[in-house]
Amino acid sequence: MSIGKPLPHDAAALHVTGAARYTDDIPLPADALHLAFGLSTCAHGAITAMDLSAVRTAPGVIAVFSAEDWPEMPDCSPSLGDEPLLATSEVHYVGQPVFLVVAESHLAARKAARLGRISYDERPALLTVEDALAANSRFEQGPVIWARGDAAAAIGKAPQVVEGQFEVGGQEHFYLEGQVAAALPQEGGDMVVHSSTQHPTEIQHKVAHALHLPMSAVRVEVRRMGGGFGGKESQGNHLAIACAMAAHATGRPCKMRYDRDDDMVITGKRHDLKIGYRAGFDATGRILGVEFTHLFRCGWSQDLSLPVADRAMLHADNAYFLENIRIESHRLRTNTQSNTAYRGFGGPQGVVGIERVVDHVAHALKLDPVAVRRRNFYAEAAEGGLSAPPGPPEDISRQKMTAGVFRAENPGTGHRYGGTHSPKAVVQATPYGMPVEDFCLRAMLDELERTSDYAARRAEIARWNAGSPVLKRGIALTPVKFGISFTLTWLNQAGALVHVYQDGSIRLNHGGTEMGQGLFLKVAQVAASVFGVDVAAVKITATDTAKVPNTSATAASSGSDMNGMAAQAACLTIRDRMAAFMAGKFGVEPAQVRFEGGMVRVAGEAFPLAQVAAWAYQARVSLSATGFYATPKLQWDRVKGQGRPFLYFAYGAAVTEVVIDTLTGENRILRTDILHDTGASLNPAIDIGQVEGAYVQGAGWLTTEELVWDGKGRLMTHAPSTYKIPACSDRPPVFNVALWNRPNREETVGRSKAVGEPPFMLGISALMALSDAVAACGDGSAYPALDAPATAERVLAAVRRQVGDV
Amino acid sequence: MTGVAFLLNGTPVRLGETSPTRTLLQYLREDRGLTGTKEGCNEGDCGACTVIVTDEHGPRALNACILFLPQLHGKAVRTVEAIAAPDGTLHPVQQAMVDHHGSQCGFCTPGFIASMAAAHAQGRKDHDVVLAGNLCRCTGYAPIIRAAEAAEGQPLPAWMEDDRAFILAQISSGVRGQTAPGAFRPETTDELADWYAAHPDATLVAGATDVGLWVTKQLRGLPQVAFLNGIAEMQRIEAQGDFIRIGAGVTLTDLRAAMAGPHPAFAAMLTRYASEQVRNAATIGGNIANGSPIGDGPPALIALGATLHLRGGTARREMALEDFFLDYRKQDRQPGEFVEAITIPATAPGLRVWKLSKRFDQDISAVLGAFNLTVAGCTITGARIAFGGMAGIPKRATAMEATLIGQPFTRAAFEAARAAAAQDFTPLSDMRASAAYRLETAGNMALRYWHEASGAGVDVLEVRA
Repeated sequence: MSIGKPLPHDAAALHVTGAARYTDDIPLPADALHLAFGLSTCAHGAITAMDLSAVRTAPGVIAVFSAEDWPEMPDCSPSLGDEPLLATSEVHYVGQPVFLVVAESHLAARKAARLGRISYDERPALLTVEDALAANSRFEQGPVIWARGDAAAAIGKAPQVVEGQFEVGGQEHFYLEGQVAAALPQEGGDMVVHSSTQHPTEIQHKVAHALHLPMSAVRVEVRRMGGGFGGKESQGNHLAIACAMAAHATGRPCKMRYDRDDDMVITGKRHDLKIGYRAGFDATGRILGVEFTHLFRCGWSQDLSLPVADRAMLHADNAYFLENIRIESHRLRTNTQSNTAYRGFGGPQGVVGIERVVDHVAHALKLDPVAVRRRNFYAEAAEGGLSAPPGPPEDISRQKMTAGVFRAENPGTGHRYGGTHSPKAVVQATPYGMPVEDFCLRAMLDELERTSDYAARRAEIARWNAGSPVLKRGIALTPVKFGISFTLTWLNQAGALVHVYQDGSIRLNHGGTEMGQGLFLKVAQVAASVFGVDVAAVKITATDTAKVPNTSATAASSGSDMNGMAAQAACLTIRDRMAAFMAGKFGVEPAQVRFEGGMVRVAGEAFPLAQVAAWAYQARVSLSATGFYATPKLQWDRVKGQGRPFLYFAYGAAVTEVVIDTLTGENRILRTDILHDTGASLNPAIDIGQVEGAYVQGAGWLTTEELVWDGKGRLMTHAPSTYKIPACSDRPPVFNVALWNRPNREETVGRSKAVGEPPFMLGISALMALSDAVAACGDGSAYPALDAPATAERVLAAVRRQVGDV
Repeated sequence: MTGVAFLLNGTPVRLGETSPTRTLLQYLREDRGLTGTKEGCNEGDCGACTVIVTDEHGPRALNACILFLPQLHGKAVRTVEAIAAPDGTLHPVQQAMVDHHGSQCGFCTPGFIASMAAAHAQGRKDHDVVLAGNLCRCTGYAPIIRAAEAAEGQPLPAWMEDDRAFILAQISSGVRGQTAPGAFRPETTDELADWYAAHPDATLVAGATDVGLWVTKQLRGLPQVAFLNGIAEMQRIEAQGDFIRIGAGVTLTDLRAAMAGPHPAFAAMLTRYASEQVRNAATIGGNIANGSPIGDGPPALIALGATLHLRGGTARREMALEDFFLDYRKQDRQPGEFVEAITIPATAPGLRVWKLSKRFDQDISAVLGAFNLTVAGCTITGARIAFGGMAGIPKRATAMEATLIGQPFTRAAFEAARAAAAQDFTPLSDMRASAAYRLETAGNMALRYWHEASGAGVDVLEVRA
């Protein structure tokens, strides 16, 4: 069984030798052309004049396109159809593509793109959420409000109340490989597109639409991306469409890659927002009622902002059972980059809100925040309870739900709750009505607090701080519960195509894309396990819309869950055919044919898979199959905010210790301990790599990664010289990561759990540890109230508030 | 004869008509199809383009995206494609990266491999320093460090010795110093002085870590350019009695090594000056002549009392370094005049240099403070304090100095100095920090000086969990 083995990334040897080929590395015909956009320098205005004569006459320029050159402007939006490839009459942000240069080299295109002279009739630009609120500039008619219970009444009756508002910054993806695409015109007007995209079908769809072609005439191929993180879910559309339009117009292959500064100026980022909160609680820290207001800065177009903001609402509870909760979510339209998907897809923004509330409550009560977290956790699931075998969706109507708590009518008898040994016949529901059946954070915290020596270190830190006038340390433990599935239910489907050749070699294709997360390897491990062969016997191939159609984006952490299941189904189809063939040949039942160790065992004999494949081929048995998977149990009413949007939850917790300098605000992470739930891991090495990387990326979001715009709407941090993702020494010098290796109660592939996004939110423990360190500077009367990112400057300001020097 | 000659992955290359502003990265990817070396940022900040360049000083990691071809003349370049053996056997750092899961998306990996292989050849174990200029967005770095540690001490593969042997052979045969087309590549200070006097509008390029960005980001041309890295006599560091003379062509890497003994606080700050790749290219002369208000070298050197040596034609003059900086991007430098060297005192036990930036490594300072105090008995007898990031130029804090000189070494004196920062500076707000933060922390650094002298921990980098 190759499932569960800590195998190295399938392309590791290619990575380390420079042989791994990315989109910009693909050799193109010698006549290939290169593209660059001319960009808006105005945040909001009407284009009054455009002089592109110097662009057209610049060395190496073949063609220049602007709105007037195309009767119909292609659209790049993944949602509303509100993103023209090139600005038509108005510009909506600084960096919006206005014209397109086609030239003989990348450098010639970039140089020419600087030569456009565009005049604008400037209009007032809405740059902040306050600007947009005041102007009622938003997507959808008004705020989305989901509620359970009566939060206002509960807060009104609560013994104590905390309230506040804080900023949570956005985040640049900073995939190391910038956006890039190439289009190669084919006979009869067809188009082949290479794109660094998480969503080849979307690229295919948008290119076909732009060229007025059926989707069948456009083929999109993606071997790998140099990082995606959500930034290549929709943001690659512009480049692919531009290449296709230029290739169509010139008949020559066209390639476009953004220079890093252009990439950061043009593309959307993680949504920044302001979170307002008010919470009522009792003396034990139990939260009786909580209200949130999310002010999302969506940018100029809708893109994926609605589902992002939805997911923030769906994670406003994080790991806590909140009986009375109200979440009001404003999706505000501003004259800035159109914010987009980014690892967690709004989830981190929702989680950081409630973690902030819990931290604030604990500070007010002078309790260890971990005690308050535990006080509010959902009820723990029964140990080891797996779900029922495949069958019709479970009917939860036989349970009665009151105040968000399901009580089985015959507690202890249904397998749903772990059977007669179930310690509690209680399953609490999320604010949106989904039963939390797999909650395991109490057990995980027991383990993590022990392995991290949390309590002793907390006491030691207090002692150390008392003797340190300038430096102060802090520690925090934060949990995460993250819902797995696309909230747009129809996206929860995947396909695969598997061939076994007559020499026994296996070629695997599926709809997922590889961006470094090890998806291809995990799916290959699944396939290899079905055939009982070494993973090296499975050929991993590029994602290709001509092989598997109608794919969903590789996103929402769902890649291996869905594509693994689809590939498994395809492999099982072929294996079943081979088994039936062998059973007939040897006069046994198909179930008696076993595939293991690279051999097919039947009737006391063992044959190499290659031999069996050759026999099956000669016997005219089909050795090719598709596989398909649709995630079960999902039911979600977005308008009401009710249902089961997720198949299951993934869990994790982290303890982070930090030190701050009270004279400068400088800060460091000193140690991090993580326990993370990936179910029965398909590949523990890959999963630990995802957890480590996600944590550091999440900590970066909340510490050093600061996006700054000036008063004209210009992004001032548009290169790594000014935008600071974590560098090598910023990782925790002591970094202990362990997996909570329990099988998923749901019927996922190998009983594993998704891992891409959930551990990102473990980085929140760094922010809360900084809050703890800041609190150590004061007498407990003032909550640190750190905004994010907690740069040195913000930490110092918080320290000053602690010492009353505001 | 014009041209650029270098060794590329073991094969000699001679280029005739090449634009002096063509970068090595463009050449590798576009002309040679060597696409293993990646472009991540095109400004020397991400390290995805890192290659190994070997010359008589040995192998070092450099950013190919801001390395002009003429700078490579007479050197050996090794890219990720040639770090494994010709038969495909992986280099120890490559094998360790595979074994320890050090690559995920793999796009930064070639740059990491080049940095790690260069460091491996140097016997380095300070991996955080070596890799500060290589950004990875996937792994969180932990597995990369595990890989680097695993490769420590493994023997240098034979094929990695070839570059050095080639360079040494070339040096002994005297094959050096051709000029590139459209550019001048002097080998002596006299040659440079004569040429620059005749071409005072030319751009002088030493490491190209700033000029490189004029080309790759501002898309400027360099109509007339001299590449200085062939002038060995400008790359010397010499002890001169109570002083140390540092040639303008000394790289930050060599300066950092030389300062470790005499000025450890300066050397420690230089560890956070840009990154390994940038320090391997950038020179202290370039750092000064550039005149940036946020350069990290000048404030420390001003605090040390450095003397600047300028040369124009055959004329030489010298001045206190702080007098060179007149106004924002305006220096006391005549046409045709260039920085030849600086001299600094050989000792300054009271020197402290502190850098504040959003990120610790590979970042540009929001504030850089340098304090050089002399104390006799319990009295502060001398104070030279200079800051970067606080004004349009690197600037002395004369009011802070005045509050300290003659005072007893007490907290009160440093509190007074803290308050005096506002008399010295009216900083600006930008994307790195607000004016208020700059002013507050500049003053707080005075208090940090006192706390440190009093034995309190003041450095977050020193704390261990």
